[in-house]
Amino acid sequence: MIALWVILGIVVILIIWVIGAYNGLVGFRNLVKNAWAQIDVQLKRRYDLIPNLVETVKGYAKHERETFELVTKARNLAQQSSGAGAAERGKVEGELTQALGRLLVVAEAYPELKANQNFLALQEELTSTENKISFSRQYYNDSVLKYNNKIQMFPSNVIAGMFSFKQGEFFEVNVPEQKEAPKVQFT
Amino acid sequence: MWEQIRANRIRSVALMIFMAALLLALGYVLGLYFFDSAVGGLIIAAIVWGFMALISYFQGDSILLSMAKARKIGPDDAPRLYNVVEEMKIASGLPKMPDIYIIDDPAPNAFATGRNPEKASLAVTTGLLQRCNRDELQGVVAHEIGHIKNRDILFMIIAGVMLGSIVILAWYASRFMIFGGLASGGRRSSSKDGGGAGQIIILVVGLVLMILAPIVAQLIYFAMSRKREYLADASSALYTRYPEGLASALEKISAAPQALKSANQATAPMYIINPLHKEGRAATDLTSTHPPISERVRILRAMAGGVAYADYEHAYEEIRKGKSLLSKAAVASVGAMGIREASADSGTVDPIAEKAARSREASDLVLKMNQYRTVDCDCGARWKIPPGFKGDNIQCTRCGRNLKV
Repeated sequence: MIALWVILGIVVILIIWVIGAYNGLVGFRNLVKNAWAQIDVQLKRRYDLIPNLVETVKGYAKHERETFELVTKARNLAQQSSGAGAAERGKVEGELTQALGRLLVVAEAYPELKANQNFLALQEELTSTENKISFSRQYYNDSVLKYNNKIQMFPSNVIAGMFSFKQGEFFEVNVPEQKEAPKVQFT
Repeated sequence: MWEQIRANRIRSVALMIFMAALLLALGYVLGLYFFDSAVGGLIIAAIVWGFMALISYFQGDSILLSMAKARKIGPDDAPRLYNVVEEMKIASGLPKMPDIYIIDDPAPNAFATGRNPEKASLAVTTGLLQRCNRDELQGVVAHEIGHIKNRDILFMIIAGVMLGSIVILAWYASRFMIFGGLASGGRRSSSKDGGGAGQIIILVVGLVLMILAPIVAQLIYFAMSRKREYLADASSALYTRYPEGLASALEKISAAPQALKSANQATAPMYIINPLHKEGRAATDLTSTHPPISERVRILRAMAGGVAYADYEHAYEEIRKGKSLLSKAAVASVGAMGIREASADSGTVDPIAEKAARSREASDLVLKMNQYRTVDCDCGARWKIPPGFKGDNIQCTRCGRNLKV
């Protein structure tokens, strides 16, 4: 009789633990999802900013068609692949970051452009959006790290295996030369 | 990653329980002394504490903000500040954007308030905005968001209220004792039988508690406050991935000659650096709400390897000679995190430009007093028109536009 109770007790405790561990994993997965949504918001914001920026720069620097086309192409490509996974997206966003960097270097050669209030406001917005992208990426990757640790570590890995929790994908922006946001210096 | 908060919370709760015990002991003894009933004293202590705690829980942030003469701003009023706060909100994973306030004061400083991360506010002075470049502003804002995220504000409110209750109780009790004693030549109940030795012991214990309780409570409060400043510094380094930003901001803030007009003893612990004390006090000063800035800067600069809490802990132990801030379990769980490079942004403040701006402000003021008028051109230039000027238009020599006077 006592043995039965003991077994019953162990089973109950086990079930409670499984529920707790499962809910914990779901919590982490939602954290990652939410963090990804944050990145998405900022990337979309950057798509919205770019046409404005290109138009403003165009008004002063008419002969830089090549750069404008490059930026616009990279932007459209990035926007089209906005449904893709983290790795694929990191690549196209990296190209966009690079093209934007080039646009801002071009802008540097036009002192009148740098005095334009509209351009300065856009530049602040862009700098901040670049920062927000990198900070949301940072938070997302931290969350993915925590989530993946949970999935791989014993004993929660058992639950993760049972309910097939998949590992999160890190988001790396791959820019060939520069890894950070474009460096803009106007003083 | 945020596990260190739990370890810190346990420690804070222990200290707070000690403070509460102190408060109750004071109430107990005073109750025995004045009403011959411990329960009466306990009830008074609890009422004083409860009343103050309720007010500060629900109204604390608005009281603090109005005391500091802060005004709320939106995204368009100070775009850079708003953006930096939003960046740090994202980096820290705060659930909601905090309200942002600006204090019109040339002394650079900042504080955060609000009872939980969902309802938080953050205030900076105009002096801070003028002096700091983007990285420095980011470091300061991240420090404040660190306070919000670590729930320091709630702890400091509760602890501060407890401290306040102890001080109030002790103060009034000592006045009653002195004046009551003088007026009647002794305690009212001293004629009761069964007094004697017991009464004297209560009197002595009461006196000792009255003198010591506020001091001990204050020391505990300061110790908690200092610890949380270090922790917020560590959070700032983690969120910004750039400890140098906060380090150089702290240096700039401490080098500023102005004192914050709207700060007082009660609000001092909330600020990023103590707005009342000047630097140069002993490093182990027990009666300070903030750790010495030079030490905070040294720790931040010693974080050579990375920005994780483990790196801050390492630097902390190195600078403070073996003392430890965070528990081992708290710092072990995170992988390596590198420091990023400085951002080169348009809003950089360099000392020469700052000086020029200062002297321009002064000369503008003199010209204004001599009834000069000003015309702002779209290109950013500002033209000063002498009082005797007759024409209707002037031409901007910088961009060539015609301007109406």
